[in-house]
Amino acid sequence: MAPERIGKVMAQVAMVMNLDKCIGCHTCSVTCKQAWTNRSGVEYVWFNNVETRPGQGYPRRYEDQERWEGGWKRTRTGRLKPKAGGRLKKLATIFANPKMPSIQDYYEPWTYDYENLITAPLGDDIPVARPRSLISGEPMDISWSANWDDDLGGGEELGSQDPIAQKLGEQVKFSFEETFMFYLPRICEHCLNPSCVASCPSGAMYKRAEDGIVLVDQDKCRGWRMCVTGCPYKKVYFNHKTGKAEKCTLCYPRIEVGQPTVCSETCVGRLRYLGVVLYDAERVRAAAAVKDEEDLYPAQLEVLLDPNDPEVRAAARRDGIPDRWIESAQRSPIHLLVKEFGVALPLHPEYRTMPMVWYIPPLSPVVDSLTSTGHDGEDAGNLFGAIDALRIPVEYLAELFTAGDPAPVEATLRKLAAMRSYMRRINLGQDRDESIAESVGMTGTDIERMYRLLALAKYDERYVIPTAYGVDETDKGVIEEIGCSLDFDGGPGMGGMGGPTPFGEASGRPEPATVENFHALRDRQTSDERSGPPRRVNLLNWDGNGRPPGLFPPKKEDQA
Amino acid sequence: MTPTSLDYLAWGALPYVVLAVLVGGTVWRYRYDRFGWTTRSSQLYESRLLRIASPVFHFGLLVVIVGHAVGLLIPESWTHAVGLSDEAYHVLALSMGVIAGIATLGGIALLIYRRRTTGPVFSATTVNDKTMYLVLTAAIVSGLAVTLLSAYSGFTGGVEVDYRQTVSVWFRSIWVLQPDVAAMSAASTGFKIHVLIGLGLFSLFPFSRLVHAFSAPVGYLFRPYIVYRSRGREPARSTRPVRRGWS
Repeated sequence: MAPERIGKVMAQVAMVMNLDKCIGCHTCSVTCKQAWTNRSGVEYVWFNNVETRPGQGYPRRYEDQERWEGGWKRTRTGRLKPKAGGRLKKLATIFANPKMPSIQDYYEPWTYDYENLITAPLGDDIPVARPRSLISGEPMDISWSANWDDDLGGGEELGSQDPIAQKLGEQVKFSFEETFMFYLPRICEHCLNPSCVASCPSGAMYKRAEDGIVLVDQDKCRGWRMCVTGCPYKKVYFNHKTGKAEKCTLCYPRIEVGQPTVCSETCVGRLRYLGVVLYDAERVRAAAAVKDEEDLYPAQLEVLLDPNDPEVRAAARRDGIPDRWIESAQRSPIHLLVKEFGVALPLHPEYRTMPMVWYIPPLSPVVDSLTSTGHDGEDAGNLFGAIDALRIPVEYLAELFTAGDPAPVEATLRKLAAMRSYMRRINLGQDRDESIAESVGMTGTDIERMYRLLALAKYDERYVIPTAYGVDETDKGVIEEIGCSLDFDGGPGMGGMGGPTPFGEASGRPEPATVENFHALRDRQTSDERSGPPRRVNLLNWDGNGRPPGLFPPKKEDQA
Repeated sequence: MTPTSLDYLAWGALPYVVLAVLVGGTVWRYRYDRFGWTTRSSQLYESRLLRIASPVFHFGLLVVIVGHAVGLLIPESWTHAVGLSDEAYHVLALSMGVIAGIATLGGIALLIYRRRTTGPVFSATTVNDKTMYLVLTAAIVSGLAVTLLSAYSGFTGGVEVDYRQTVSVWFRSIWVLQPDVAAMSAASTGFKIHVLIGLGLFSLFPFSRLVHAFSAPVGYLFRPYIVYRSRGREPARSTRPVRRGWS
């Protein structure tokens, strides 16, 4: 076939999460919050959150798109337009967004009145720190938060409020015997067809051409709030202090230097994978507009290109993707899990946004159910039978990952089950049973590769991230990023709230987050000599002996 | 009536000062405080009242702006030429003006009520906002008052001076750098007050949250849905003032 058949090739940094390994510890959420949203105005904002499913999620019942109208809808003519309305309707409702969640739909953030602990007058009672709202400053009763229903998802009271459970209706009975539960960590999906970007009247939101990361230009955002409605995952948030939209950045300052995101790096279960996928940008629109919702997942797979195909590589080179990005795409764990093994599924493909954070559905509800009934939860035959028999978890997962089509979920779970059984035989010193692999359309070698990636999950194999274009000589370019778009007053780039302070880590001129600074910092940390020109000396670290370079400004003769 | 020196100051010099502040201030704000250039919506805190009050206010205001543009920019001779009688014009203009003015006033009254009574919204209100609300409300009230007075004197056959022969003539003369001070001096006191408040509002414009009006996203109608942007260069210029423009 001629190379013309491949449209514009673009690269996307994508993520896969292996849900079987998520223990719901919220480390990803906490480290993400510490890194990005520990500022006033975004107290309620979790770029990364972990939900218990079945459950309502955060914000509450965000998946109920009849109410929130996020994502795209297919018109009768087969075109796509934002579900909340096209351009004219957006402008007509710009003065008050009719579909915006209120702070109560997230939760009202609070702090505690700690001062009372030391200023309370002497008395018989022990003083307490009462909760106070960070929104109104008034004392409040805490009644909900981002993971209020943590671990309670399978229960009747909260689980029945899950929009998916309601859709499945009578089938999901939250009886004790049939209950199941798993964790779903969520970040921005960095979609190929982002409806938040499409909803932004100012054009402040954009998808980065180089790595597909969806960002908000803080200088162009005018606070019209349409992106909050547009995102069906409700992963664009409104900073109520600055009046601007903020969202997960896929930790782009880290990705640019080849490091995994904070949520991935700190994941205790090591369940996150990061890598590059190549896709045909010209096929996205048609793939997102296929008629039948159940065809969206296969259509999305079709958009992704095989980096091992020489024609794809040629087309990628033609479209300006550097060779090391193509090589990285060839080693990408995402490509392996999504395309080759086909075990990672997109979250809610029916929103038609082509999400780029993929999930390996959990086999654990099936295994738990088997073992609790006294069966061998790792026997291939038992597992396959159970996947067929346990309709409820499978259909629930299908509503999450394949727009309701149970077949791909079943196929994935069978592969995971086959991997368990196949590897157990090896661990027990038995022969490799190739028939197990064949029964799920794989080979034993594939299964062992998948096992290595999913179970051993080596750091270098989980994260295959090329550094940003133009960093080294081979790219024939030099990065000339002077400022950082997060480097605004009170922003995360400023190293804290409320601007520069005279003392401590955040003092002095803020360092922009650039590749050069990253390398300079690493050189400085790992070498014995001070690298680069001396800037300033932190007197708090000075032991009083000698005269460290940089303690005084350079003498005139030194400068000359 | 011959114009006094105060008239020359108010109607000859002041408009140009305000124009310079408006244009210069907007350019300054755009260059140095693009991050502070936002609607600063409080919908996250409260949306029940906002969803009624804000559209009523804004759409009323849009009609008011169109009305001002028509009344100030189109000379009487043009409407005569298309065969529109003065009576018909006034009935049309005043009825539209009264409806839009009342909607705007009602809208802003509800918005101010909401701002004052909803705790989180009130605590997010800066001194700058309060000043802006004061001037904006005064402009709306005085404008509605002169409209109602005109309508009243029109019905009773009084001798209200027609703004189309005074204010509008003066307004158009500003733009050709030949301010017709005499025309404006001949206007009634009500109009003079309204014009002065209006000038105050314009000079406040670049330094308040009103700037969001300048970024009305008309371009949205003409751009593709998905925006791609190259990583590229970031602006070299510092856009980081000590304080936001609205605080």
